[in-house]
Amino acid sequence: MKRQALLPIVGVVALVVVWYLAVWVRLVDPVLLPPPEKAFAALVQGMAGGRLGYDFWRTLERTAYAIAIAAVIAIPLGILLGANEKAYRAAEFVIDFFRSTPASAMFPLFLVIFGVGDKTKILVASFGAALVILFNVAYGVMNARKTRLLAAKVMGASRLRVLTDVMLLESLPQTFVGLRNGVSLALVIVVVAEMFIGSIDGLGYRVFEAQQLFNMPEMYAAIFASGALGYGLNLAFMLVEKRFVHWAGK
Amino acid sequence: MDPRAAPPAAPAAAGGAPHITVRGLAKRFGEAVVYDRFDLDIPRGRFVSIFGPNGCGKSTLINMIAGLVPADGGEILFGGKHLADTKIGYVFQNYREALFPWLRSIDNIEYPLRLAKLPKAERRAKVERLVAHLGVKIDLNRYPYELSGGQQQLVSIMRALVVEPEVLFLDEPFSALDYEMTLFMRDQLQAVFDETRTTTILVSHDLEEAVYLADHVLLLSRRPARVADLVAMDLPRPRDAHTLSDPDFVRIKGHCLDVFQREVRKG
Repeated sequence: MKRQALLPIVGVVALVVVWYLAVWVRLVDPVLLPPPEKAFAALVQGMAGGRLGYDFWRTLERTAYAIAIAAVIAIPLGILLGANEKAYRAAEFVIDFFRSTPASAMFPLFLVIFGVGDKTKILVASFGAALVILFNVAYGVMNARKTRLLAAKVMGASRLRVLTDVMLLESLPQTFVGLRNGVSLALVIVVVAEMFIGSIDGLGYRVFEAQQLFNMPEMYAAIFASGALGYGLNLAFMLVEKRFVHWAGK
Repeated sequence: MDPRAAPPAAPAAAGGAPHITVRGLAKRFGEAVVYDRFDLDIPRGRFVSIFGPNGCGKSTLINMIAGLVPADGGEILFGGKHLADTKIGYVFQNYREALFPWLRSIDNIEYPLRLAKLPKAERRAKVERLVAHLGVKIDLNRYPYELSGGQQQLVSIMRALVVEPEVLFLDEPFSALDYEMTLFMRDQLQAVFDETRTTTILVSHDLEEAVYLADHVLLLSRRPARVADLVAMDLPRPRDAHTLSDPDFVRIKGHCLDVFQREVRKG
């Protein structure tokens, strides 16, 4: 049991070893690939009171706003569409089309409408995340167990009560799938947006700037910080899901 | 032998005023006519088991009576009232999908009372009375998925009973349970019926179970379903393991089996 828990560390150690080897045999130009301890030192220094910590916080903030806006719009809409299958079929093509459209292709449009600044970054990310959430919530509602809906109906629940007491909860596991996918997508979009559009902070900006200045340890540090943020967000949603959707898969 | 002549007379012969009257019921699924001009009387305060060939529409019949499946035609009345004015309880075969896994067992049982807008104290009192009544020994603070299959179905049955229904419907309630649990649950159900004398309709695919629990066994024909026979089962309650070897039980079960096989062969 204990050994099993240690297995993930093997992968991390292997990665560091390969990295060291690559540096040692000069597989890559040392300017482009610093030794791991240098990148790690930059990560620790940057996060503990340095600029990187601030950028990390800014990216987290934008992603959080994006996912919050997306959830507030997409969850109720998804429930309404899911509860009314005809409405969903009518909207399905539009949803699928824009869900398949790379959200980054929307930047110029949003830039024109909302200008250069946080609004555009957050709203493009919201747009991408909202469609993913909407799609998942609607399917969660549509796939509600028929027996459970009948059970509520036979006990005398009105259509509204069936919606609030059964469909809503039935869709929760799928809603969390949508939220987790949505937050991953939102982070991708926010980081990309921070790289380009007149940015002055954020992890995307930090990665880009470090690269421009050829400060490779700092660039790797910012990349790892982004990875940690993505992983952490996913983990946070999983923990919340476990707490609130305790019945999932049972 | 015109089977159409049998139905209206048979239930009346069972004695007592009918509780549920089904008249001219019609139902088709696509091309298949499941019910056509179907009449049935179900007596008040009796336990009726429905048994018949596969796919003859046993479940469809109780689902139409309980309002879960719309009928294409005909009228169903409960002592002259419509379904909307009648309190019913319904127990599904698949308890896992019928209970609400996000609610604790006790909240599942209270759910129909919450729909009826009963205050919390009253809800709790009703559940407690039911628990005492049935001698249930389950930790109702657990979630359904933490209980065994039999316990979950018992929670379903309690959820159906807590509103003190006028009619209790059970659609193959024990078919997902193992034999030991099935035997135990039969006796729980029998005890419930003995206590409450609620008009009960059970759909079963197990003839022994159907006869063991029933006051009347309703045998349906192949589609379009007709009443093939309505067999009275008068052995005293509470029935137990000895009932299964009682000559009368064996005779009645044998008769039901004969009718059943005759109907199966007709197809």
